[in-house]
Amino acid sequence: MLPTETLQAEITRALGDEIIELSESLGELCLHVRRTRIAEILRILRDDTALALTQLMDLCGVDYPERPERFDVVYHLLSLRHNARLRVKIQTDEVTPVPSVTAIYGAAGWFEREAWDMFGIAFADHPDLRRILTDYGFEGHPLRKDFPLSGFVEVRYDDTQKRVVYEPVKLPQEFRAFDFESPWDGMTKVMLHGDEKATGG
Amino acid sequence: MGISNPKELAQADALVAQLGQEAEDKGFVLAKLDDLLNWARTGSMWPMTFGLACCGVEMIHAYMSRYDLDRLGMMPRPSPRQSDVMIVAGTLTNKMAPALRKVYDQMAEPRWVVSMGSCANGGGYYHYSYSVVRGCDRIVPVDVYVPGCPPSAEALIYGLMQLHKKIRRGNKVIERG
Repeated sequence: MLPTETLQAEITRALGDEIIELSESLGELCLHVRRTRIAEILRILRDDTALALTQLMDLCGVDYPERPERFDVVYHLLSLRHNARLRVKIQTDEVTPVPSVTAIYGAAGWFEREAWDMFGIAFADHPDLRRILTDYGFEGHPLRKDFPLSGFVEVRYDDTQKRVVYEPVKLPQEFRAFDFESPWDGMTKVMLHGDEKATGG
Repeated sequence: MGISNPKELAQADALVAQLGQEAEDKGFVLAKLDDLLNWARTGSMWPMTFGLACCGVEMIHAYMSRYDLDRLGMMPRPSPRQSDVMIVAGTLTNKMAPALRKVYDQMAEPRWVVSMGSCANGGGYYHYSYSVVRGCDRIVPVDVYVPGCPPSAEALIYGLMQLHKKIRRGNKVIERG
């Protein structure tokens, strides 16, 4: 396996000024770059023989609602030749599209569709950017922090219309938040028989 | 499993002997048509395979050699046209709901539905989710609910035996007016 320091040095050599931040944590490298340059940077990381990060293992989004550029797009790269991994991060907001990397990594196609579906992150020049996981005709992007847990619609079979219909969500039972500290909710301060021995002395 | 206690075995043997005697004496056997039909129906319930999640794996266990649902005349069918019972095994999502209903509509009468596991029973772990149907009885009428997360293969077989019981009790040759 390629030592992290070697990989770090090689990335600095190959990318130079493109790097905003290159940090190591728990033995994993994380590279922050500018959104507009992502396609060129990933091409260099893939084609440079000292790096050869030829596989895109995952592409995902992260939502930080308090930031002006609220989304992170994270690319997880793997080099089989050097047995090394690298995480590349860029930032974007709801409206600014990210350059698609489908031309560099074919695997990015469905990953970018997933990021679009779940977060509403737009990708410029994607060959087929449409929803991939959610229901047909679904509205909203469910992994955004401001998306309500139970969503907006629920389904039911309507016997008169003879088809499955969509209706606004109506939960007959109130949402239950569980206190995972205590298996007996509201029983935290109760002295059980024999407890005085444990606390008294 | 099946008829296992000695008392029932003895009863079954006595019944077979009696039937044999009757056939030998008279050349024919008299039985109620309802009972005959129910015997046939409970003895060859072909389930529609509808494994949606981890419950599907437990359903597979029930089919495989250890529990072997084939002993109860149950062979999984890949087509709704050939099946009598649908085992909804797993989380039913909004996207899957119309497909489930379509498959149910394609099954020939008489047909039954077994809801297997918490998710199919009432949404279970995903009850509050934006994408999960809160119980498959919102989509199809359910005959037997098998609780568990996931229910063991034994639990599913017990549920199927309850369904057998329901069929034996309920069916009439002339059902509706």
